[in-house]
Amino acid sequence: MGFLTNLINGVSLGSVYAIIALGYTMVYGIAKMLNFAHGDVIMVGGYICFVCMNNLGLPVAVAILLSIVGCTCLGMVVERAAYKPLREAPSLAVLITAIGVSYFLQNSALLIWGADPKVFKSVVDLPSLKFFEGQLVVGPINIVTALTCVLIMVSLTLFTSRTKMGKAMRACSEDKGAAQLMGINVNTTISMVFAIGSGLAAIAGVLLCSTYPTLMPTTGSLPGIKAFTAAVIGGIGSIPGAALGGVLLGIIEIFAKAYIGTQLADAIVFGVLIVMLLIRPAGLLGKEIHEKV
Amino acid sequence: MSRDVKGTYRAQSRREEDVKGTYKAQSAAAGAARDTSAETPSARKRRGPTTRMVPVPSQSIVPERDADKNPILECRHLGIDFGGLRAVDDFNLMIGRTEIAGLIGPNGAGKTTVFNLLTKVYAPTRGTILLDGVDTAGMDTPKVSQAGIARTFQNIRLFDSLSVEDNVRIGLHNQIPCGMWSGMLRLPRHWVSEKEFHDKALELLDVFGMAGNADDIAGSLPYGAQRRLEIVRALATDPKLLLLDEPAAGMNPSETAELMDNIVRIRDTFDIAVLLIEHDMDLVMGICEGIAVLNFGKIIAKGTPAEIQSNPQVIEAYLGKQE
Amino acid sequence: MGKLKNLNAATRSNLITYGMVIVLFVVMQSLAAAKAISSSTAGLLVPITAYICLAISLNLVVGISGELSLGHAGFMSVGAFTGVIVASMLAEAIPVGWARLLVSMLVGGVFAGLAGFLVGVPVMRLHGDYLAIVTLAFGEIIKNLLNNLYAGFDGSGLHLSMTNAQALGMDGGKIVINGPQGAVGITKLSNFAMGFLLVLFTLFVVLNLVNSRTGRAIMAVRDNRIAAESVGINTTKYRLIAFVVSAALAGMAGALYAQNFSSIVPKKFDFNTSILILVFVVLGGMGNIRGGIIAAIVLTILPEKLRFIGDFRMLMYAIVLIAVMLVTNNRTIQSKIADLRERLRRRGDDQAALAVDAEGGVVDE
Repeated sequence: MGFLTNLINGVSLGSVYAIIALGYTMVYGIAKMLNFAHGDVIMVGGYICFVCMNNLGLPVAVAILLSIVGCTCLGMVVERAAYKPLREAPSLAVLITAIGVSYFLQNSALLIWGADPKVFKSVVDLPSLKFFEGQLVVGPINIVTALTCVLIMVSLTLFTSRTKMGKAMRACSEDKGAAQLMGINVNTTISMVFAIGSGLAAIAGVLLCSTYPTLMPTTGSLPGIKAFTAAVIGGIGSIPGAALGGVLLGIIEIFAKAYIGTQLADAIVFGVLIVMLLIRPAGLLGKEIHEKV
Repeated sequence: MSRDVKGTYRAQSRREEDVKGTYKAQSAAAGAARDTSAETPSARKRRGPTTRMVPVPSQSIVPERDADKNPILECRHLGIDFGGLRAVDDFNLMIGRTEIAGLIGPNGAGKTTVFNLLTKVYAPTRGTILLDGVDTAGMDTPKVSQAGIARTFQNIRLFDSLSVEDNVRIGLHNQIPCGMWSGMLRLPRHWVSEKEFHDKALELLDVFGMAGNADDIAGSLPYGAQRRLEIVRALATDPKLLLLDEPAAGMNPSETAELMDNIVRIRDTFDIAVLLIEHDMDLVMGICEGIAVLNFGKIIAKGTPAEIQSNPQVIEAYLGKQE
Repeated sequence: MGKLKNLNAATRSNLITYGMVIVLFVVMQSLAAAKAISSSTAGLLVPITAYICLAISLNLVVGISGELSLGHAGFMSVGAFTGVIVASMLAEAIPVGWARLLVSMLVGGVFAGLAGFLVGVPVMRLHGDYLAIVTLAFGEIIKNLLNNLYAGFDGSGLHLSMTNAQALGMDGGKIVINGPQGAVGITKLSNFAMGFLLVLFTLFVVLNLVNSRTGRAIMAVRDNRIAAESVGINTTKYRLIAFVVSAALAGMAGALYAQNFSSIVPKKFDFNTSILILVFVVLGGMGNIRGGIIAAIVLTILPEKLRFIGDFRMLMYAIVLIAVMLVTNNRTIQSKIADLRERLRRRGDDQAALAVDAEGGVVDE
C-alpha cells in the first residue's frame, strides 16, 4: 500500500508542478524568457487566498477567485513594468531582471506578512476516501488537484488551437515579426500570456498550500524552480510536455523522498533535469531549434 | 504546384547537360574572343579577368594556371535536408588553388547554406567536402578553420565590444600558441607571443589601411570598415580558401570598386583561393574567374562570366520565364 | 604621470584597480589598528575580502564569459568545507596559522575547481537560460550533499559518511563536519591581511587571464559564438576554462570565509548567497572588475551602517537589480539619461563660461 500511497501523493504533487509548468512553458514559448518570478506569483496567490479566508472571512470560492484575479493583475503589471522595456535586451539582462522581480516579490511578502509560516486551511473540506479497509487513504485535495490539472491542460490545448487569441499566441511564439505584420498585436498577446500564466500560478498556489499547509514568503521559489525543471524535461513550449514533465517530476520527488531520503530528494530531482538536458536537450515532447547563421 | 517545380527541374538539368556537352568548344571560342572583343559598358568600367579557364575531370573548370595542381576545394554530391526540404542537393564544385570563384543565384537559392556546409555550421546530410585533398568529414567548425577555410558573414559578426586589434588577434588565435598558464602567471612566453600578436595584427590591418583604427571598438566602426575588418580577421586565420558572404552588401559603387581591387590584391598577396557570394553583378562579372549559379539548392550552370551572362537558364532563374 | 599615459588603456585600468585595493587595505588596516572603527565593522573586514574575491571570480563567468551562473555559492561551500577539513587535519603538521590557512585555501581551491570541472563538462553544452537553471540546480545539489556529509578524523585518518555521525566508525578523534550542523569547532585562522592577499591573488589571476590570449578567446565566445568558432576557437574549452578558474577562486574565498567563524552551516551557501554575489557583479557593471569590488564593499557595509533599513535590505537589492538592468538595457531610458546628462553638462558649461566671462575672457593656454 505504501507504493500506491506514494504514487497518489506523487501524482498530486506532480499535478501542482504541472499547473505551474504550464504557466512557465507558455511564457517561455512566447516571450522567450525564463520568468524566474513565476514561482513567487504562486506564493502571492497563496497569501491572497489566505488573507481572504482568514482575515476577511470570505467564502472559499470568492477567496480563490480573488486570488486568481489578483495574480493575473500582478503578472500583467510585472510584465509591463519590468519585462516589456527589455524586449530587445540580451537574454542575460532579462533573466537577471526576472531574478530581481522574484526577490522583490519575496521580500515584499516578507515585509507585509512576516517570516512566520502561516497555517493554510485546505480549500477542499471533504472527508478522505478510504480503500482496502483503511489501508489506503486518499485525501480529497489530491483528487481535486489531479482533476484541476487535467481540466486546465485540456482547456489550454483547446484555447491555443481553437480560439483567435490562442492562434495569435502560437503565431507569436513562431515569429513575432511576422505575427505583427499579420496584424497581431504582439504586446497584447504577450501581456495576455502573462495574465493566463499568473492566473494558473494562483490556482497552483492555492492547491499547493492546501496539500502542504505551510505558507511562507519562500514557499513558491523551490516549487517554481522545480516546475521550470518539469517544463524543460517535458520540452519547453509544449503544453502536454509541461503536464507530463510535471507529473513525472512529482512522482520522482515523492519516491526519492520515500525510498532514498528526504535530504537528497531535491538533489535527485535536479539530477534528473541535468541528465535530461544532456541526453535530450529539447525535452521529451519538444522540438529542436537551430540558430540561424 | 510541387510537381510543376520538379518538372522544370528535370527540364533544367537536361538542358544543363547540353551546355556541358558543348562546353569545351564554347570555352575555347570565348577564351579567344574575350581578349579582343568589343567591351561592354560595365567591362569598360572595370576590365574583367582574362584568365583562361580549362575543364578538369570532375565537370568543373579551374583557371589554367591551377589546372595541374590539386584543387583547393572539391565538393562531391554535397547536400543537406531540413526536415523534408532539400535545401542543397547534389552540389558539385571544384575551385582552383588561386581562383576567385563566384556563387550566385536568386534569394533563397541556398548560397549561404553552402557556406554553412563548407564550414560545418550545419552537418551535411550527404556528400563529401575535400579541402586540399583532405576529407573534412568529422571536423567541426573550429577544426575546419584550422584546416584552412575562413569566412565572413552576410550579417556582420564581429566581436563588437572588443577593439579592432583584439578582433584580429582573436583571428590569429591558432597561429600563435600561448597556454592558459603562461597568460595567467605572466610567464615569458606570454610577453613573446603578445608582441607577435601585436605585430602581426597591425601588419594585417595595414592590408586595408586600418592600422590607425587598431584601438577603436569594433562595434562602433562604420559599416564598410566593419566589413573590411571581418575580412582581415578571416585572413588572420591563415586560410587556404576565403569565403566571402555578400562582401559588397550595402556598399556604394566607389566602395565596391575598391573592394574588388582589394579582393584581387588579397588573392595575389596571400596566394589563396576566394569563393564569394554576391548579388552585385558588376563585382561578380568583374573579378570572378569561374562562376556557379545556384537555384532551388541545385547548380544550374557553371562557367566563365561571359558564359554565365549569356546562359538562358541563368537568365530564366533570375528574370523568370519569358513567354 | 606621463609614463602612465603611455601604457595601453587596459594596463592602466588594471593598475588603478590594484592601487585602489592596496590603498583601501592600508586605510582600513590603520583605522582598525587605531581602533577608529567599530567592532562590528572590524568583524566585517574578512567577509568583505571574501565577497570581493567572489565578485571578481563570478565576474569572470558572468561579465567576461557572458554566461549566467547561479550556483557560485556552491563552489564557495566546496572550498569552505574542504578548507576546514584540511586545516583541522594539518593542525599539528603545520602549527603556523597563516601557513595552514594558505594550504587549506589552496586545497579548497583545487577541490572547488574540480567540482567546477565536473559540473562544467555537462553544463557547457548548454547556453543562456538553460545554463543558468542547471548551475542553480547544481548549487542546490551541492548544498544537499553537504547537508548529508559527515566527516571526522582520528589516528587512522579521515572518515567520510553520507548517513550519520555514527557511521563514521570513529575511534576517538574529532568530528569536523556534522551533517546539517555543518562545520563545527573551526579554529579561526582568517584575518584581514590574508584576505587582502587573497584579493590581490584573485585580481592577479583574473586580470592577467582576461588580458591574454585565453581571455580574448573567452570574450570572443561571449561576443559572438558563431564567429569565434569560425576563426577556429573551441568555444566549449574556453567557456569551461572561465567556469573552472572562477569556481577554484570561489573555493579559495570560501575557505577564507569559513575560517573566519567558529562554525558554519551548509545552508549559509544557498541560492540567496549566489544571488548576493550576482548583485555585486551586476551593480558593479558586468565585466567591470573594479565596479564589482566597490559594489561588494558598499553593499556589505551599507546595510550594517543603515541598521534601520533592516528588512528592507533584500528588497533594496531586488530593486537595484531591476533598476540597473532597465537603465543599462532600455534604449528609451538610456536616451533620456543621455539627454539629462547633456543638459546638465550644457548648464555646467554655461556656468563655466559665465565664470570665465567674469574673469575677463578666455586665456590661451
